[in-house]
Formats: sequence, structure tokens, C-alpha cells
Amino acid sequence: MSDTAQSSMTISDDVMITINEMHKWYGDFHVLKNINLSVNHGERIVICGPSGSGKSTLIRCINRLEEHQRGDIIVDGTTLTNDLKNIEQIRREVGMVFQHFNLFPHLTVMENCTLAPIWVRKMPKAEAEAVAMKYLERVKIPDQAFKYPGQLSGGQQQRVAIARSLCMNPKIMLFDEPTSALDPEMIKEVLDVMIELAHEGMTMICVTHEMGFAKTVANRVIFMDGGEIIEQNPPSEFFENPQNERTKLFLSQILAH
Amino acid sequence: MSEQQYAPGTHPDLKPPIGQSGLLFWFRKNLFSSPFNTLLTLTTLYVLYLVIPAATNWAFFDAVFVADSREHCRELGQGACWAFIDNRIEQFTYGFYPVDERWRVVLCFALFVLAMLPILWDKTPARRQMLWFSLAFPFIGYWLLVGGYGLEPVETTRFGGFMLTMVIGITGIACSMPIGIALALGRQSDMPIIRWLSTCFIEFIRGVPLITLLFVASTMLNYFLPPGTTFDLILRVLIMVTLFSSAYIAEVVRGGLQAIPKGQGEAADALGLNYGKSMRFIILPQALKISIPGIVNTFIGLFKDTTLVVIIGLLDPLGIGRASLSDIKWAGLAAEVYIFVAFFFFICCFGMSRYSIYLENKLHTGHKR
Ligand SMILES: Nc1ncnc2c1ncn2[C@@H]1O[C@H](COP(=O)(O)OP(=O)(O)OP(=O)(O)O)[C@@H](O)[C@H]1O
Ligand SMILES: [Mg+2]
Repeated sequence: MSDTAQSSMTISDDVMITINEMHKWYGDFHVLKNINLSVNHGERIVICGPSGSGKSTLIRCINRLEEHQRGDIIVDGTTLTNDLKNIEQIRREVGMVFQHFNLFPHLTVMENCTLAPIWVRKMPKAEAEAVAMKYLERVKIPDQAFKYPGQLSGGQQQRVAIARSLCMNPKIMLFDEPTSALDPEMIKEVLDVMIELAHEGMTMICVTHEMGFAKTVANRVIFMDGGEIIEQNPPSEFFENPQNERTKLFLSQILAH
Repeated sequence: MSEQQYAPGTHPDLKPPIGQSGLLFWFRKNLFSSPFNTLLTLTTLYVLYLVIPAATNWAFFDAVFVADSREHCRELGQGACWAFIDNRIEQFTYGFYPVDERWRVVLCFALFVLAMLPILWDKTPARRQMLWFSLAFPFIGYWLLVGGYGLEPVETTRFGGFMLTMVIGITGIACSMPIGIALALGRQSDMPIIRWLSTCFIEFIRGVPLITLLFVASTMLNYFLPPGTTFDLILRVLIMVTLFSSAYIAEVVRGGLQAIPKGQGEAADALGLNYGKSMRFIILPQALKISIPGIVNTFIGLFKDTTLVVIIGLLDPLGIGRASLSDIKWAGLAAEVYIFVAFFFFICCFGMSRYSIYLENKLHTGHKR
């Protein structure tokens, strides 16, 4: 905790996510091997690793977009089982932002943001719209509220996607390579929103190769390879003094360009 | 004509150059752009010159609209003998519906138009209340046409003509849409039993000609039903036509469902929407939008296939036409009858087609990535 920005962000001791000896297979293919991970309230975790190492699969297990076969995942006190009630309960508390935005193209930005609050949280429409406007202002695109996603730039779409998740008032946000489908000049506008979110104390797990982002906001950087967590450390330690050979190789490749 | 110079970064928006638009430009570009194109244009004009005057003379200028018989027609003019159609128009419209009760058919049709308005046009005044009426219409319509409860009962065997086509076509379209969607979802279900049942049903119905289904409806069902039960023939036909087109709708909708990126369902899941809500708000609106051309195609097919009921003895407009052609007084006017019936079907089907184009444009929301 050397960085001043980090010390302003509080982490409490209550555990938000616990993953215990978790394994996952796609058919015969062992994608995730013995994953152990604990995330505290307010913690910001960056996951990196080579393509195909299982990063997406891991965070998609946390909100049950993928099913795991062994071990436990406990999110905010609820254990993930096949019980639909549990799954829906957890999905209400966990927001997710995708690489390709996945906005609903047939709905306006405003409708994208209010749909889940109205139909899942049972919020009155006027209130949901007020909340949506608040978050759209936060991601700096209130003036686009009545456009359709197809009329926005990639960076704007991704910011709408973040606002859409925030409208559900989640306790945890998952990001799966949120900037890797964007042009360079749009990456910053999305990262800025994410940094702001981090400063507000949101619990975040973020798959990204934006190492600058990892250095400024992460408490912990996790390196995955071949379906395993190879190494996890605070960013200063992780970048300056990587322990594992594979981590060193990966870092040399990613920091080279 | 020297190009005006602007400092970099200060170039204003200019009007497009002239001579690139306008009627003459369009003619030159589209009709006379090359020798071959010019030849095509001139040939087409010549063919039109041969066909159009002859056709309009036959159908309008030389046609006879009032006459007592074919002989009379021929004395009055060389063109079409529309007097024959005029003479039979009631039968073409109502079949053998009792003359004193025909106002009920007219009223029913008027109410049908009223019921369709809020469904087809989203700016209908008081749309919500109107939709309740649309929901009640099938019962009102049934009561008006069949009678009972204070109205003179009318046997369904007396239905015929355009009225019969409309009853079968509209009921088939209205019922096959929800059944088709349910089958499409069933075929994609995670539950094997539901998936198998849907698949078997769709494959069976699609693999059999509609005529065989209609024959089954008119004869075989008696073997399966307990003896003594009477089961209205038109009702059986309605069931078969509905099942038939719902199998097609199911496949069209399944195509639409498969075109929706996986990310849409995942985003809906991640927001906490359950299966029903995700389908209702996210997946189906998009899938149905993509499927509009295919759905309308199926509906148009269904509407025209209603003419097949003539084979099991129901008198749709074609049946009525054929029957009236055997009238000695009017014999030999097949062209008039078939052109008239074709015109009716064309108007209905063309209307559906135009509506689908309107709907597609209305639902278009910016560029797809
Ligand atoms: N639905 C699936 N069925 C079978 N194999 C899959 C499936 N999804 C992913 N995989 C495989 O699982 C492995 C991990 O995939 P995952 O998407 O988690 O990788 P990733 O670390 O996110 O990679 P990237 O950086 O390219 O996004 C890959 O080898 C991939 O081919
Ligand atoms: Mg990935």
C-alpha cells in the first residue's frame, strides 16, 4: 500500500467472495484447476494471463454464467448451487461488464438502464429513470439517454453498459476485458469511469491487460495460466518482483510493446 | 472554375454538385446508361404498349357491368363480363349464410378491423383499452358468426366464400403465432422431453402435405373420437391449418432465435432477469423482428392454402366460382371468375407484405455492429 491513491480507498475485513478448491471442466477439458480466492469488501482485483488461460471462465463462474463442477463459490454469504433462487439472488448483487458491451440494440440507452431495476428490483418507473439518469451523468453521457446503442461510439456504449450494471446497485462489479474491443482514444474514457468507481469503494474484479490501470487501482494482481492461479500479489510486488518464471515471461511480453 | 481555397481545418460544409440529381439525371443513369440498357428499356416499353391497352380495354372500357346473362353481355360489349361477378357477389362474399343474418358477418368484419387497429398501429388512441377489446374479439366474433345466446344459430356448413377464407385465414394466423413461438422455444429447451416433443411435432407436421392433414381432419378423426361425438368440420380444418402453419412459424422463429448473439442472453442473465423476462424483453423482440419476412411469408402461404379446403367440400371463393361456372346462363366466363378471385387474394397478401415492410422500417434502430 505505497500509493496514496490506494490508501484513500478502504478495504474492510468482511469477505465478499470466497472460492474454495473450485474446478471446472468443459466436457473432458479441465479449464479451471483448484481455484482458491478470497475477495474482501472494497477490494479491487485485476486478473491477467495469456489467452485461453481461463480468466473469462473464472469470473463468469462467479455469477453462474458458467457452472462449476467441484468446490464452492460463496458470494456475499450465498453459496452458488443449482437452485435458481440462489442464482438470481447473486445475480442481483453482481454486475457484469462484457468485452463486447452486449447492450440491447432494440432498446434506448434509458430503457437498457431501467429494464432490470423495474422488472427485477420492482422499482417504480419514474424512480428507475431518475437512478438511470444519475448513473448516466456519472459516466458522462446523459445527453445520449434517448438514443439507441447502434448510434453510439464503442467507448460510449461501454460506458452505458457500466451505467446499466450500476443501476442495479450491485455490491460487486465484474469486468471482462472491458477495453479490449475499443480504439485507443476510447480506452481512456472507459478506464476513467472504472477508476472513479474504484475510488468510491466498489468491490471489483477486472480481467484486463491494461497494466497502467492495474498499477493505479488494484490491490492485488492475479496471474493465471493453464487454468490455474499462478501468482497473486499487490501490484508493486507483482510488477517489480515477479516470483514465477511464467509470470516473468508474460510480463516481459506484455510490457515489451 | 478554380477551387476555392480554405486554410486547413476551416473547410465549411458545401452543397453537393448540381446535375447529380433530378429527373433527367435519373432517366439517364437508370434507363439509358449503355446501349444494352437502352435496348432493354425500348423493348420493355414496346411490350407494355402491346399489353396495357389490350388489358385495360378488356377489363374496363369494353367490359360490361350490368347484364342478365352471358348472351346479354356479349351483345353489349366485347370485354370482360363483370355483370356475372356482380350477379354473384353476395354468394362470393357470404357463401350460403342466411340472407337475413348477413348483417352479422358485416358487423363482425367491422369489429375485426377495429380489433386489429391497436395491434397493428401503435399510435391508436386509447390503445390499452382497445387492446382489451382485441382480446375479447375472438369470442364476440364467434358469437356473431355462429349465433346462440339470443342470435339465430347458423350452421357452420353454411359458411363460404370470402367469409370462409377470412375465418380460416385469420384464425389460423392468430393461433399459429403463439403456438409457433412456443414450439420454437420448446425446441431449444434444456429439458429433453420438451425438446423431443417439439422437434417430433414440427418434423411430423412439416413432412406431411396440408391436403393429407385436411383429409385426416374430414374423415379420420371420427375413428379416434368416441362414437356419437360430432365435431364441426370447420373447427377441424381450423385446427389442422393452425397446426400446419405453427410448425412453419416455429422454424422461422428458431432461425431468428439463433441469429441473436449469445451475449444478449448472458447480459440479461447477468442483470438478474429470469428466463421468462429475458425471453419477453430481450430475446423474442429481437428474434421476432429478424423473423418478420419469414413469418409474413408463412402467413401469406397459409392464407392462399385456405383454397385447399375446396377438396374436402367446403366452398371457399374458388369453390363458389367453380360452382357458379356450371350455371348454364353464365357458362364460359372462367377468366372473369378466376381474375376476380385472384384479385381478392392479391389485395390481402399484398397488404400483409406492405405491412411487414412498414413494421421492419419502424423497428429499425440504427446500425447493427
Ligand atoms: N464453451 C466452451 N466450450 C469448450 N471450451 C471452452 C468454452 N469456452 C472456453 N473454452 C476454452 O476454455 C479455455 C479458457 O477460456 P477463457 O475464455 O476463459 O480464456 P481467457 O483467459 O478469457 O482468454 P482470452 O484472453 O482469449 O479471453 C480456452 O482454452 C477455451 O478454448
Ligand atoms: Mg476472455
